[in-house]
Amino acid sequence: MWVLAGLRHGVLTTRWPARPDQYAQASRGPAVVTTARPPDADQLASLCPTGAIGVTGGALSLDQGRCVQCGRCVSARPEVFAWSAGPAGAALARPGLIAGDLPENPENLAALSERLRARTRALRRSVHLRHVDAGSDGTEEWEILALLNPVYDVHRLGIFFTASPRHADVLLVTGSGARGMTEPLRRTYEAMPHPKVVIAVGTDAVSGGLVSPSYATTAGVAATVPVDVWLPGSPPSPFAILHALLLALGRLPGGAGAQR
Amino acid sequence: MPAAAGAAVAADVPAMWAKLTSEVAAGARFAGLFATARSDHLLLSAHLARPAGIAIVETALPPAAASYPALTPRLGAAFWYEREIRDLFGIVPAGHPRLEPLILPLEGAQSPRPRPGAPGGPAVAEPDPRALPQHVIGPGMFTIPHGPVRSGVMESVEYLVETPGEDIPHLNMRVFYKHRGIEKRFEGMTPADGVLLAERTEGTASVAHALAYCHALERMAGVEVPWAAALVRVLHAELERVACHLDVAVRLADAAGLAVATARFGWHKEEVLRLVSQLCGSRFGRGVVIAGGVSALPLMSTADLLAAAGRLDARVTADVRALMGTASFLDRLRRTGPLPPGRAAEHGALGPVGKASGFADDARLARPYDAYPRLGLRPAGPHDEGDALARLRVRWDEVGQSLHLLRQAADELSEAAAGPLRAPCHPHDGRSVGWAEAPQGEVLYDVRIEGGRLTRCRARSASFHNLVLMHEVFAGDILTDFPFIEASFGLSVAGVAG
Repeated sequence: MWVLAGLRHGVLTTRWPARPDQYAQASRGPAVVTTARPPDADQLASLCPTGAIGVTGGALSLDQGRCVQCGRCVSARPEVFAWSAGPAGAALARPGLIAGDLPENPENLAALSERLRARTRALRRSVHLRHVDAGSDGTEEWEILALLNPVYDVHRLGIFFTASPRHADVLLVTGSGARGMTEPLRRTYEAMPHPKVVIAVGTDAVSGGLVSPSYATTAGVAATVPVDVWLPGSPPSPFAILHALLLALGRLPGGAGAQR
Repeated sequence: MPAAAGAAVAADVPAMWAKLTSEVAAGARFAGLFATARSDHLLLSAHLARPAGIAIVETALPPAAASYPALTPRLGAAFWYEREIRDLFGIVPAGHPRLEPLILPLEGAQSPRPRPGAPGGPAVAEPDPRALPQHVIGPGMFTIPHGPVRSGVMESVEYLVETPGEDIPHLNMRVFYKHRGIEKRFEGMTPADGVLLAERTEGTASVAHALAYCHALERMAGVEVPWAAALVRVLHAELERVACHLDVAVRLADAAGLAVATARFGWHKEEVLRLVSQLCGSRFGRGVVIAGGVSALPLMSTADLLAAAGRLDARVTADVRALMGTASFLDRLRRTGPLPPGRAAEHGALGPVGKASGFADDARLARPYDAYPRLGLRPAGPHDEGDALARLRVRWDEVGQSLHLLRQAADELSEAAAGPLRAPCHPHDGRSVGWAEAPQGEVLYDVRIEGGRLTRCRARSASFHNLVLMHEVFAGDILTDFPFIEASFGLSVAGVAG
């Protein structure tokens, strides 16, 4: 009896973001720099297979939008690099993913956030998502689909998936920007009504990741559609995807503290 | 570990085809065909799977050859392989029955092609839809284009369903949309970086791809993987299999509209991914497999792992029993999408698709690697119905086997954990083949290293080999059977498009 099977284990659903969730806090994100000016900073850029580590005047920076979470830097130099943890991986601007010794620009961020909030105000409690795969490795689709399982159950937040771009408010784009998908992606975006929001899901979508440069990709999806929210990860966890969605909708508890 | 035989070199293409067809007639399985651009000529290489290992048969084409006699008329399983070769190299397999673009449609013979194996190549290759044929023939026939953007969260692929209304007499597949140029991308990488790209070639089989790639490197360097590492590899490979099979169950239950079953199996799958992330930090087992061994021991104690496996086993077993007792569900799968055993054997169908049609060539048993020879893996019960139901039954058998292997490996690991986790493995020059049994079936890597860099990396997924069989399984099935058939194959488009 499926009815009884469904009741057997009680409520499985997380209460995040209203309540903290242990797995959400422990989920591994891209690498971060913990010691900005190690003595041998100049030698460390070569640790990264995607060139995410930058050095300017002896100071390290790490572009999370290029990080494929291989962990080379963390295992080679644990006193300089570490894993980030928790769901807050997305940024409202591409430079926001470059962590390190860079000047912050809170005014700019506040303006960006306010513009996006104004755009998505009407959507707040009933949001429809459309996903397009623009050359993913297949894992991002699994993590997006996970949002529908009873553990994440995004329906509780008024978030739904829709088959038609005509009914969609948010476009989740995965993959490194395969050239064969350029036209289908552009047409899907154009078919969506205003206001609309584009989220680049995963390091491949943000920068092309390890797959680019390639004759067959555009090194990220921003070459085809205007990206509003940038979410790194290879792949990003379901909690990170949910965080990116709530960030886009201005629905994160705690306001700007969770933004970058 | 059985060794890959050195390449048998044929004098010319007809001699190579003669050798291939006689080997296949004698019981070897055709496992793929690919080309490599060398300095002034193309090298055609085929893989043959035999109990002793994977054999290579190859021949050099004359310099500047614009075509060669096609293999497909003599060996149907080469159908997609030769189309792929045409797309990547521009050379024409003369006499191929349907030489349409597959992974990279380019207009005209003059378009520069990527030519994996040779340095350089075009910086940009824009797929050109004009290179694709458009035809619908027959009274009242029309084509339902299904994709590349489809309803639901799916990978991009286009199915052209040619139908008079309800039956599906013919299906065409366009997989080029998400071609990423993976094989070309490998070139110039260090062997250590290559494993990261292998993990991203077909992400839902990250561990199996990393294993096949690393097996090739280890064979090249003559390295034996330490016992503890071999066990950790089995742990992750089997958890990946369970996750993939549960994903198929979610899709099938969803297609049948069983809301509770969809939710239950979705939960089990999530639990498996969480278990993997607790073992290694990544929900897909990435970063675990490295050439010569593994990067670290599981981050979880053996007792906790065994307890988690036990909980999972109990829950999955109960829900499988309920699912396989739901008549309305079984009715949708029984006799749906049948692949006749003869066709499965002829094509050398891989993984659960082959096993469900009586053709079982599981690399873990036939050409065992890592810890499999010393763990108790026994063949699952035979199936030969060949329908979507048989494919699901094979998957449940495999889930049972996997959880059994998982427990054995975890037990062994508690004693072996003190040993080394990696042997030094730094091949500088050479060429070798590696394989692993992914959830979708056998993955093959043919790796060439020159001067410490990858110069050719052939990554052949089971998805590429098996997806072409979808052409043939719609006998008597109708449009509403489509999602069941697609889900029952359980393939990933990323692995097909390359």
